[in-house]
Amino acid sequence: MHGLINRAIQSFICHNYGRECWLRVTEAAELGFVEFEPMLVYENETTDKVLVEIVRDLGRNRRDLLEDLGTYLVSNPNTESLRRLLRFGGVTYVEFLHSLDDLPDRARMAVSDLTLPALELREYALGHYTLTCQPGLPGYADVMTGMLRTMADDYGALAILDHKGATGGAEIIEITLIESSFAEGRSFELGARAG
Amino acid sequence: MTEEELAELLDQLCPMHLMLNATGHVIEAGGTIRKLRPDCSVVGARFLDLFEVLRPRRVMSMEELLDAPDGRLHLRFRDDPQTSFKASLAPLAEGAVVNMSFGISLLDAVGAYGLSAADFAHTDLAIELLYLIEAKSAAMEASRNLNVRLQGAKIAAEEQAFTDTLTGLKNRRALDLILQRYLAASVPFALMHVDLDYFKTVNDTLGHAAGDHVLQEVARIMVDVTRSDDTVARVGGDEFVIVFPKLRDRKQLDAIAKRLIERLETPIGYNGEECRISGSMGTVLSDQQAGGEAGELLHAADLALYAAKHGGRAGHRFFDPSMTAPPAISSAVPRDRMN
Repeated sequence: MHGLINRAIQSFICHNYGRECWLRVTEAAELGFVEFEPMLVYENETTDKVLVEIVRDLGRNRRDLLEDLGTYLVSNPNTESLRRLLRFGGVTYVEFLHSLDDLPDRARMAVSDLTLPALELREYALGHYTLTCQPGLPGYADVMTGMLRTMADDYGALAILDHKGATGGAEIIEITLIESSFAEGRSFELGARAG
Repeated sequence: MTEEELAELLDQLCPMHLMLNATGHVIEAGGTIRKLRPDCSVVGARFLDLFEVLRPRRVMSMEELLDAPDGRLHLRFRDDPQTSFKASLAPLAEGAVVNMSFGISLLDAVGAYGLSAADFAHTDLAIELLYLIEAKSAAMEASRNLNVRLQGAKIAAEEQAFTDTLTGLKNRRALDLILQRYLAASVPFALMHVDLDYFKTVNDTLGHAAGDHVLQEVARIMVDVTRSDDTVARVGGDEFVIVFPKLRDRKQLDAIAKRLIERLETPIGYNGEECRISGSMGTVLSDQQAGGEAGELLHAADLALYAAKHGGRAGHRFFDPSMTAPPAISSAVPRDRMN
């Protein structure tokens, strides 16, 4: 699993639950280290162990926790660059949703060894979409649900998201757009680069 | 196609175009170009008054502009901000159309003019370029941080590799390097081999923790009685080597040895107990062994140390070529056996 993903988990736990919690988790998972390097690649099972220990330590539902991770990634100043990169996807929330098809390619453009499973957006009725998340990254759809829900706020759109579960390996997220400009949203200036 | 239809088409496809008339004045301008100069009227101005032509050189008139090879231009606003552009010029029956792009000045331009995605043609790669710049900067930053951490870890590892972790003194490896350096540079030095007396008794009666504490105190004492450019190394359990560069005065060396013995004999407290030790020393001067190698010098110091021990502990001897090692004692044998 790419270090960026592991590092994101570390950053989320440290910020929301404190460094003590993170140290307990790394100890329990027997990592032998406490800092993930964002630019290195780790064994998949390392990430699995960490997630198992986080869920055990916090006594929280795994899927809720991953959704919170998604929210954290696009709302916390620590990871502002990720939110900005996502906002390059489109001027409106709908454009952004459509840009998700390109997300794995965009990720690879930024970091050549970062591989994300394919995403596919379908509009099956006006304002009703489904996002199909292909398998390959456990919890991908949960994190994505949190991210998309928070990005709706970011764009000032009012949307309802529902993780419909898996069908034949792929997971489906249902997105209902109630109003695309419900609130002001957060500003996004092309020229204002995140520090 | 009428001129109006053409203007409509350009407006839709090229937000950064200008239409010029035969005299080289702007008669139409795309929305984004107008946004760059909100306070002055681009339309109606003479093109060459708005822009300086950087390439091709010396373009002063509309005729020369139309002559640009393949219509390729590099332009710059004459007034501030002096944004530069790449441009393509296509002649019309009368006048010309100039389509512009920011080229390499894109990043500065979006900042200076507060542009958004809507200001660029849908096919323009500007947004992708901006995305890439940000993504690569973030990735580069992460890589740079990793490099800094690895560099720090490398320095720490090297530091540790030359340091005896218990006492913080130099280790055997460091000592070998220092001796090699002095010998190669022909720096004269004195080499003193120090062996603690009664240390084994402390270890046996008070335990290893007490022994470790004593070694740490001894290290402190040795650093105390030596100069800052002398090297103090721990080379074995209770064996130390001190290297004194540019010191060959036997009296002075002897005085240092006596002072060291005196300090070592001051009881060291540990958990309410008193640890009593002493030390024996043997010293060799680097020029005592012609063409001497580090190994030979260490051996010579070892022989002098043996002589000091043999003559009753807590003593100091200088190496003398008549000294020979008894069969049972060599530097490979743990000195504890002699206690």
